[in-house]
Amino acid sequence: MADLRINLAGIQSPNPFWLASAPPTNSGYQVQRAFEAGWGGAVWKTLGDPILNVSSRFAAVSFNGQKVAGFNNIELITDRPLEINLKEIYETKKRFPNHAIIASLMVEPKQEKWHEIVKRVEDVGVDGLELNFGCPHGMAERGMGAASGQVPELVEKQTYWAKEMAKTPVIVKLTPNITDITVTAEAAVRGGADAISMINTINSLAGVDLNTWNTIPHVGGKGAHGGYCGPAVKPIALNMVGECARSPHINLPISGIGGISNWQDAAEFLLMGATGVQVCTAAMHHGFRIVEDMIDGLNNYLDEKGITSVMDIVGQSVPKYSDWGNLDLNYKVVAEINNDKCIHCNKCYIACEDTSHQAIDLYHDASGLSQLKIREEDCVGCNLCSIVCPEEGAITMKEVKNTLPSMTWNERQEMLKVLNTTAEPIGK
Amino acid sequence: MINSLLDKNFEEVTLGFSKASAMEEANRCLYCYDAPCMRACPTSINVPSFIKKIASGNLKGSAKVILEANPMGASCARVCPTEELCEGACVMQKDDKPIKIGALQRYATDWVKNQDIPLFNAGVPNGKRIAIIGSGPAGLSAARELCRMGYEVTIFEAEKKAGGLNQHGIVSFRLPQEVVDWEVEQVRRLGATILTGKRVGKDVTCDELLENFDRIIVAVGMSKVPNLNIEGEMLEGVLDAIEFVKTTKQETVPQNMIGKKVVVIGAGNTAIDAATCAIRLGAASVKILYRRTANEMTAYPFEYEFAKQEGVEFQWLTSPKKVVGNEDGQVMALECVQMKLVDCYDRKDALLEVENSNFTIATDFVIRAIGQKRQVDLIQEFNIQQSNGIPSVDPVTLQTSNSKVYACGDVIYGNGYGDATVVSAVQQGKDCAYAIHHSLKQSSEIA
Repeated sequence: MADLRINLAGIQSPNPFWLASAPPTNSGYQVQRAFEAGWGGAVWKTLGDPILNVSSRFAAVSFNGQKVAGFNNIELITDRPLEINLKEIYETKKRFPNHAIIASLMVEPKQEKWHEIVKRVEDVGVDGLELNFGCPHGMAERGMGAASGQVPELVEKQTYWAKEMAKTPVIVKLTPNITDITVTAEAAVRGGADAISMINTINSLAGVDLNTWNTIPHVGGKGAHGGYCGPAVKPIALNMVGECARSPHINLPISGIGGISNWQDAAEFLLMGATGVQVCTAAMHHGFRIVEDMIDGLNNYLDEKGITSVMDIVGQSVPKYSDWGNLDLNYKVVAEINNDKCIHCNKCYIACEDTSHQAIDLYHDASGLSQLKIREEDCVGCNLCSIVCPEEGAITMKEVKNTLPSMTWNERQEMLKVLNTTAEPIGK
Repeated sequence: MINSLLDKNFEEVTLGFSKASAMEEANRCLYCYDAPCMRACPTSINVPSFIKKIASGNLKGSAKVILEANPMGASCARVCPTEELCEGACVMQKDDKPIKIGALQRYATDWVKNQDIPLFNAGVPNGKRIAIIGSGPAGLSAARELCRMGYEVTIFEAEKKAGGLNQHGIVSFRLPQEVVDWEVEQVRRLGATILTGKRVGKDVTCDELLENFDRIIVAVGMSKVPNLNIEGEMLEGVLDAIEFVKTTKQETVPQNMIGKKVVVIGAGNTAIDAATCAIRLGAASVKILYRRTANEMTAYPFEYEFAKQEGVEFQWLTSPKKVVGNEDGQVMALECVQMKLVDCYDRKDALLEVENSNFTIATDFVIRAIGQKRQVDLIQEFNIQQSNGIPSVDPVTLQTSNSKVYACGDVIYGNGYGDATVVSAVQQGKDCAYAIHHSLKQSSEIA
């Protein structure tokens, strides 16, 4: 049994699985149910001046019959009085002293507002704070959430104000609705943040009703953009975590968020630099019980790999993540089709022929069965055929041994520069 | 009361897909390129295309893809031996889970049938007149295509209701009459005149047709089940399987089999139909007798499975010798003889009677299901070349020895046209229509 405990900037948790600040952590009742189910921590639904919510609030995107491939919401921060939330945080912490409770906070960008709320939540015994600079809808129109999270100066200043008062670790939650997330992550560093978390939700409109022409979701026939999350956003989130993890200017623990649905997703975020993960959509889809397999699966994975502590895998893939200019131009793979495993759906053929590099020949044998053959000299090793192939093991990408030494684009440009400067006198 | 219970036995067995199941199944389809299912379909339905359209919620488009290729797509969705055709060719054979193409086809065609959306239009009239004899799958299919190309089509149907084999010969718990009626209606809507109760050779002569029409399509199917040529065959209770199935397709089904013992002779798909109908009519026991074994039977494996589940007993290597009657001339028993298959080098699997093995089975009904006779009279009246009652046709154009007369469907089954399925008949109907169009276009161009 591997040690699943994590320590994220001083916040201890029995396992890396936290519930993100969202509807599942709206009340003491819910957070206590979550802890009973096995969640290691919970980021309480964002506290601030109570707001008013609308109905309806959620929408989801299905893909080829798969429900909730993506999820969209226009719910705001907590709509319950601060006193009630604080009382429930106190009670929950008392009942579950070893679980992590982090208070998510959002107030107007004013120093006294931050001081006041930080003091009040720390007084009831939270383990840490998460500054919500990411909520993209509603609150942003009032200058909070993503609106302040998109301005590096505001991120820095508000982090600084929170840190002025905070005794517990401060996590800054970043918005993905920005061109380069490392810019705001660096602003959080300058403000004195102890950790960063990402991503918050992405500006989204889930759909348009083809009969009523209303937006999905709509509120009495009118809609507004919401925040997108769920399995579909995982690659976006994973990249942002990776970019921050590999930046030499950030160096803060990361709490990874975005489309994590199972232990495998979680392990990927840990390998790419997250110290722990936060989950919401998967719990909203299936209930708190999903954490059981997240814990079990991660534990079995670590045992199988002979790793004793989950902290040992954090960031192991970060050195493998780089810029395009550092990729080896002389590395080559080509597709290999195993006709014994091929089920003859010909999807690889039409994908390559229509949309890639026309490197697969399709012909029929005497019985009329299709046979597929890769022309290696035309295959660029793009992976497309193996991606669309429905049969496991029918197409593998195999490395072609290359006699040329490794050469990246950056190295090549360097070398050309040297060649040009040395060649110049001869040319003259 | 008993009547309505029995009638219920003849309602369609298989329930169609719910929307959710159809979507789930449609989404499972890989959408193959150069798909084997499409190649395996005698009418070349673009299966991946119609399934993708179900998945995208375009049911009208889906039904049009099906019915464009197969005018009897709603019937075929129910009666096609899909295990042998599209589903058998599906690439997803692992874990025995090919896509349920037939059920999806039914889902799309049922939708368009229930919405009653017209999908096809008659062509601009070209003044040419075509007579089609027989309103079964082949005749209707030819008619649909000819109407779309602007021909004036008249169908002559001997029975009171149009639909041919689909209407009269296929058990209603497999293919309900309303499906057949809808398909007939689609052809009628395109302008075809369907004259029911008109038997060519009796109500109208072949010469009259040849005189009044530019081309004639013979799509009369097959005829009655031949006699067993054994003693006692004329007794009350000896039935022709085709005629018997027909009686179950009327307003109310017959009640004279309740509690009775039934023996069916033969082991093809018609024998299965007759046996399962007998069960559903309340027979106490139904036996299928076959002089060979399960290995040689011509019924599809899924039909055999179905019959066993229905409670039909199979008695192999048994041949009828004599029908025994009581003093009122009704069937009482069937005298049989045991058979044996002998491996011979020159005559493979010779069938011999076992000496002194005669035995008697008590029964109230004997149903003959040993194949079908040919519509010899009509073929002779047309004076076209034939062998064994099967008109000889050009394999591509399906033209007979009389250049004005074409033939398609079961009527030409047997002479190089290897299977008597509805779907093959439909394709032959289409082929006939295109061949006629080609020939008339050519002759008018020459003129």
